[in-house]
Amino acid sequence: MTVYSSAKRCVLTIGALVLVTLLLSACNSESDLDAVEPVQRWNLPEVVYTEDGRPDPSILASEQVLHRGNGTQPDGLDPHVTEGVPSSTIQRDLFEGLVVRGADGHIIPGGAESWEVSEDGLTWTFSLRADARWSNGDPITAEDWLYSFRRVVDPATGSRFSILLNPVLNAEDIIAGRRPAEELGVSVVDELTLEMRLEAPNPLLAEVLTHNVAYPVHRPTVEAYGDRWPRPGAMVSNGPYKLEELAMQSHIRLVRNSHFWDNDNVIIDEVYYYPTEDLTAELLRYRAGEIDWTYEVPNTQYNWIQANLADELVVFDWFGTYYFGFNTSREPLDDPRVTKALSLAIDRDIITQKLTRFGQQPTFSFTPPGIPGYQSPEPEWASWTQDEREARARELMREAGYGPDNPMRLEIRYNTHEDHRRISLAIAAMWEQTLGVRASMINQEFRVFLATRRARAVTQVFRAGWIGNYLDPMYFLELFHSTNPQNDIAHFNEDYDALLARAARTADREERFALLQEAEALLLESQPFAPLYTYVVARLVKPYVRGWEPNVVDQHATRWMYILRHDPVTREDS
Amino acid sequence: MLPRYILKRLLGAIPTLLILVTIAFFLIRIAPGGPFDDDRNLPPDILANLEAKYNLDQPLGVQYLNYLGSVLRGDLGPSFQYSDFTVNELIAEGFPVSLRLGGSALLMALLFGVIIGTIAAWRQNSRLDYLLMGSAMTGIAIPNFVLAPILILFFAVYFGWLPAGGWGGGALRNMVLPVIALALPYMAYVARLTRGSMVETLRSDFVRTARAKGLPEWKILGKHSLKVALLPVVSYLGPAAAAIITGSVVIEQIFGLPGMGRYFVQGALNRDYTLVMGVVIVIGVLIVVFNLIVDIIYALIDPRIRYE
Repeated sequence: MTVYSSAKRCVLTIGALVLVTLLLSACNSESDLDAVEPVQRWNLPEVVYTEDGRPDPSILASEQVLHRGNGTQPDGLDPHVTEGVPSSTIQRDLFEGLVVRGADGHIIPGGAESWEVSEDGLTWTFSLRADARWSNGDPITAEDWLYSFRRVVDPATGSRFSILLNPVLNAEDIIAGRRPAEELGVSVVDELTLEMRLEAPNPLLAEVLTHNVAYPVHRPTVEAYGDRWPRPGAMVSNGPYKLEELAMQSHIRLVRNSHFWDNDNVIIDEVYYYPTEDLTAELLRYRAGEIDWTYEVPNTQYNWIQANLADELVVFDWFGTYYFGFNTSREPLDDPRVTKALSLAIDRDIITQKLTRFGQQPTFSFTPPGIPGYQSPEPEWASWTQDEREARARELMREAGYGPDNPMRLEIRYNTHEDHRRISLAIAAMWEQTLGVRASMINQEFRVFLATRRARAVTQVFRAGWIGNYLDPMYFLELFHSTNPQNDIAHFNEDYDALLARAARTADREERFALLQEAEALLLESQPFAPLYTYVVARLVKPYVRGWEPNVVDQHATRWMYILRHDPVTREDS
Repeated sequence: MLPRYILKRLLGAIPTLLILVTIAFFLIRIAPGGPFDDDRNLPPDILANLEAKYNLDQPLGVQYLNYLGSVLRGDLGPSFQYSDFTVNELIAEGFPVSLRLGGSALLMALLFGVIIGTIAAWRQNSRLDYLLMGSAMTGIAIPNFVLAPILILFFAVYFGWLPAGGWGGGALRNMVLPVIALALPYMAYVARLTRGSMVETLRSDFVRTARAKGLPEWKILGKHSLKVALLPVVSYLGPAAAAIITGSVVIEQIFGLPGMGRYFVQGALNRDYTLVMGVVIVIGVLIVVFNLIVDIIYALIDPRIRYE
């Protein structure tokens, strides 16, 4: 149709293109933006507390509204059904379990004022709070709790986390449909006393009870609305906040529940949760002042954040371990000398300092730090220098029969993600350099990757991560039990299984931990996987949002927070 | 004539949609992994409970027939990922947002695209032409995910004139940036199309006749030539409208908008079978409807075309 012959036209068009591209790349380069960057600073009052340790009203902002970035759109708000972190964060504000976590992550009384454990560790008796109320004003009774626990384990509910209640008597059978829900080991003693009987003593039951599957739901509401009960106008909850507005993919707004027993100590009036899937966009909304608390921060903006927002960047250890698994059911990874050599040859400092960068700590153990009373065992070479490790790795590879004339070929598999790709690439290079291993990389879409990993048929080396729901080493160690369907590294060790079984029957916390330490040391000895680093939480928080504390489970209920008075710093001030 | 034609076309679309639904249904089931796979494995008992709840425990053929049956009743089923919602509800909430956003972007793209293209053709091979077409090339070349953050950076972060994200119940100030970001590539494409066909039209005999008759230039351009030159633009509009209205995943994610575009991608990633199918059906219907509208408009502006 058109005549595209004029050379002059061509030159001009290309010229225009080049010019615009240059302009755009100039906008993208970090240094140019710094010159004009208006990063908002704030004048904040000195924090003073009243006699009972609460923030003095004089330092509080008149408007107590918090805006939180919350990752993806939550998968629902029914605490017994959902499984994602975004939903559990919102549910923590809406509901209150028998026990809850304080701002520091430690367990404190919630719906139960106190509890007692019988001598044999098999019966837990909870004294419920007499002043606890649902958000519609109804009192919360032991019957409500009984109904809720039965609902979770009832197969018809389709709960994805009901297995967490397995320690409770008969729970496992009920979930499997072999017994009716009425046979669950939970009973009402009187209106304000609830009794829970266990299969075996479990000193860490309270940890489990902080999870959203252990939240109560309001029976009349659930029965009246069915699947539609977790919606504004219908939902009745028992936490510090109630559901006011739910706009899919836009925001969820909670307002204070005036019937909450501790309402007097709650300071923030309203919380907004926004789905923030695009990390760059989340950062921009944070900078524009639309959100006060981000879900994450983009790795790619690390330099810019360090240079401009370092004092609003919060980084602390998270309760999870990033590792590379070895499928030990297949050659050549069925030889522990090989897996050990591969693990030794990875320079973890390079990965955390050059690649992940947000303060992740290199690790040689599977259980992350942060469990009170549990010291994760480390193999002896954790204290060696990297040169020593690499020397030993080469030795082991030679012993296993691999060398320059017989190089090992391996496949590294990871799910599509920039970070996993870079780490896999770095590890492949380290193996090649130190051990002469020829590693190729395969990336797969997440669900395909999971299915492949689980089949244990084609995988060799694969990336993995495990994040604990509650502070118990068992949560990590049982992953590699022979019978665990998710034992993707094919770790079959009878001694290991026996140690876990003994720990599961032990009521004494210290004794239990000693057994688990022994099991973990045994696991690390054969090195069927290479632990790389402990996850960290990295987020931006406006300096006027206070009252929260870093904790390894990264759980921060809004009820502990408050907003300081804050005026923007103007040019004249600075 | 017209009502019969429309009816005929709509009836003809039924087999097309049926084939679409069938292929999509089986394709997504072929993909490895299921809706309940996650980092944490579900114990077999719980998985069985869930599959029973969503009727996934039946043979695939039975599931397919069940699905067809409920679609015919207008029920797209429950969402696997968003457990509190049905697919009907998700689409009912997302579609109006996408429609408003996409409709505005389409109008903007059409209006400015046609004006720019006409001017460029009218001043063919002038500096103005090169400037406009150069910008259009750039507009096509810059992807949304680059353009949108730059717009936000300037208009929300630096100047603070507009919000950086959020729907705000559909407030105008919330719509400005996403509409621009969504419209620009389409606008550029429309401009190029218009220019191309306008250049050709301006050389045709009837334009020469009009000029010889001494008609004013604006009348030649705006009335006689444009009507003919718009034909390729109109045929582009059908698929473009369906694409722009079913939403842009990128734009919705960056601006945090509650449209239905992201349900398509996320539904596929999450193996949310019913949600993906629901969106596929909506897109299919939209394409059928827009193609029909385009054909009708075609006949309105081009007297040579008749409904058969």
